[in-house]
Amino acid sequence: MKTWTVGALTRLIQELLESDPQLGDVWLSGELSNVSRSSAGHLYFTLKDTTAAIRCVMWRTSVEKVTWAPTQGTAALAHGRISVYPAQGNYQLVVDQLRPAGLGDLYTRFEQLREQLKAEGLFDDARKRQLPEFPRVLGIVTSPQAAALRDVLNVIRRRYPLVRIRLAPTLVQGATAPPQIVAALQAIDSDDEVDVILVVRGGGSLEELWAFNDEQVARAIVACRHPVVVGVGHETDFTIADFVADVRAPTPSAAAELAVPDQAELRQGVKLRVRQMEQALYRRLSLARQTTEHQLHALLRLSPQARIDARRQQVDELSQRAGRCLEHALMLHRSQLAGLQARLEALSPLAVLERGYAIVKQQGTGVIVRQVEQVDPGDRLSIRVQDGEFGATVRSGS
Amino acid sequence: MKDLQDAAATTNSLSFEDALTELEATVRQLEEGNLPLTEAIALYERGTKLAQQCNALLDGAQLQIEQLTLVNGQQQRGFFFADEQS
Repeated sequence: MKTWTVGALTRLIQELLESDPQLGDVWLSGELSNVSRSSAGHLYFTLKDTTAAIRCVMWRTSVEKVTWAPTQGTAALAHGRISVYPAQGNYQLVVDQLRPAGLGDLYTRFEQLREQLKAEGLFDDARKRQLPEFPRVLGIVTSPQAAALRDVLNVIRRRYPLVRIRLAPTLVQGATAPPQIVAALQAIDSDDEVDVILVVRGGGSLEELWAFNDEQVARAIVACRHPVVVGVGHETDFTIADFVADVRAPTPSAAAELAVPDQAELRQGVKLRVRQMEQALYRRLSLARQTTEHQLHALLRLSPQARIDARRQQVDELSQRAGRCLEHALMLHRSQLAGLQARLEALSPLAVLERGYAIVKQQGTGVIVRQVEQVDPGDRLSIRVQDGEFGATVRSGS
Repeated sequence: MKDLQDAAATTNSLSFEDALTELEATVRQLEEGNLPLTEAIALYERGTKLAQQCNALLDGAQLQIEQLTLVNGQQQRGFFFADEQS
């Protein structure tokens, strides 16, 4: 007798179930129950009929593609593969697609309309308009009683209360909703003051959101002159209106956030601009101060004081040069004088006297005696020799 | 001189967008830095007023909500009375 461990037997069961090609590709129809979503975004539920139940798990990446809200009691069609969860000793269907079976018809119409509008290019990004940065009047198409409107108004009051709200009331669910939504869109879009239009509706079941999968609603959104933001249902809900919107918002609140700027950021921006201005002005002032200083230096350089100083120096220099010239001239004259004196001395009669000659003058008349006949015996004469004069008397004539 | 006159003009009638746009232009003009000093000071004063206007508009804003209704086929605007301060 072979004894199995729990783990080993589980592994065998797992291998058998998970290697079966038929169990690896299953379409399973049943009623949803025990629907719960984990914090990680995975969806857990049970599909059951009157005789049996199969546990199902849908991982977050697949859940994100679900365009409706799976709820308790809904008939659903799931696609996936059977796998074994060893820790709990059970098997489950790992679901990758989940459709509302009861709405199979609606679902097909949704898919057809989506394909058609896509083919017409109504989902093209190139068609989509940008939202104004600072809308003045915001048109809102929704039900006045809806929680979605309160959420939107709260967000706008907090972020940008400067915008004026113009509400076009309409039903947002039920058979009469689509024509009402179309009329509301047309009414609000015809208002020239409106800058941007919000179409919002809170979360609900696939049937409750169905008005936003209406072809006329989609075409009315496309026809709007003003950009349209659509925020319908929860993040996981996708409607045709979302696809044709200029901007798709995951929720009504998010639509409001996308439509208006945030005053906290705007105030920060204003503060920053003021600081930039202060800095620019400060730079301009210090430039002015620098320029002034620069000009002052230039002015000092050009001042007459500098020229006066320069002239004074010139005078100083000239007077020094004049002094030197004068001295030179004096010396020249002095030496000329000395030369002349020497020459004069050489010519002086005194020099002759020194050599032993004498000058004879008649006493009284002072006439110089040059010839013998000028004197007679007995005349008195004055004799000049080198160091003085003496008298003499003529003894005999010639 | 035009700028100087502008600087003296009031900012009270400007919308938030216009005030912010002009404030941005003022900052750019000041940052280019080729202005005569008196003009730069005038621009700075103007910019300060614009910033005050921006803040004053945000401070004083009260969300206005109107509701469109059809009366005898004519579109009319009325006040929105639903519970809005919840």
